[in-house]
Amino acid sequence: MDSKIDYEKKQAPVPVETERTRNRRVYVPKVDIVETGSGMVMYADMPGVDEKSVEVTLEKNVLTITGSVETEALAGRSMAYAEYDVGDYERAFTVSDEIDRDRIDAVVKNGVLKLFLHKLPQAEVKKISVRTE
Amino acid sequence: MFGPGLWRYGGMLDPMREMQRLQREMNRVFSGMGQPLHEELPPVNVWVGEGDAVVTAELPGADPGKVDISVVGDTLTISGFREAARLGEGESYHRQERSHGRFSRSLQLPFHVEAGKVEAKYDRGILRISLPRAEADKPGKISVKCE
Repeated sequence: MDSKIDYEKKQAPVPVETERTRNRRVYVPKVDIVETGSGMVMYADMPGVDEKSVEVTLEKNVLTITGSVETEALAGRSMAYAEYDVGDYERAFTVSDEIDRDRIDAVVKNGVLKLFLHKLPQAEVKKISVRTE
Repeated sequence: MFGPGLWRYGGMLDPMREMQRLQREMNRVFSGMGQPLHEELPPVNVWVGEGDAVVTAELPGADPGKVDISVVGDTLTISGFREAARLGEGESYHRQERSHGRFSRSLQLPFHVEAGKVEAKYDRGILRISLPRAEADKPGKISVKCE
């Protein structure tokens, strides 16, 4: 008898965790985020992605970057030593309302995703002066 | 002296490495401070076939002109420099997790390499070096005679 099949029903954790449909590893890309005068620049290390396999979405104030990398297979050779594994990338950030939602530029080069987030013009000038009494 | 030799294990997963990965994951969850910058760079995978070996390395954002690859005997050395973004006037980091600076890795391959025929390609942040086995180092076939 194959004892590997688990016939018992499994209890779901509360709250229910969302799972990915593809059974692959997911990595968190390392990022640098630089605040500039007019906005923010984000650099994310995602080796293996190109402009077709990377996606940037902004929903409400959650900015999500995802990238998928196909597993490499080299014909006629076997893996002798491994330090990194290939998988997808995913990371999400909350961004403030100051960011201009329609002006997010994304460039990918040499496996690094570069995002330019611009501040809204009115947010730039909205300053509250503090005075003493 | 030289880098780690190639030890072999069944699949991709070295339990020690998995433990280290788990530890890093935990650190990330609990500290929120990002990852240390002194991590060994770049991580490599090594594929070995009958006539050659292929080494791939994750090197996102590197300048291919500034990556040096040298082969001596059976030792491959990858070294280079990864520049940090230059900050202008009034700019500051919110997060800085990516490593930068000088890096150097040496790897010992299971055979001697024909140094003149080594080829390297850099695409999408992944460096791929193909290293053909030296003719002199190829195993000679010994035929078994029947008396």
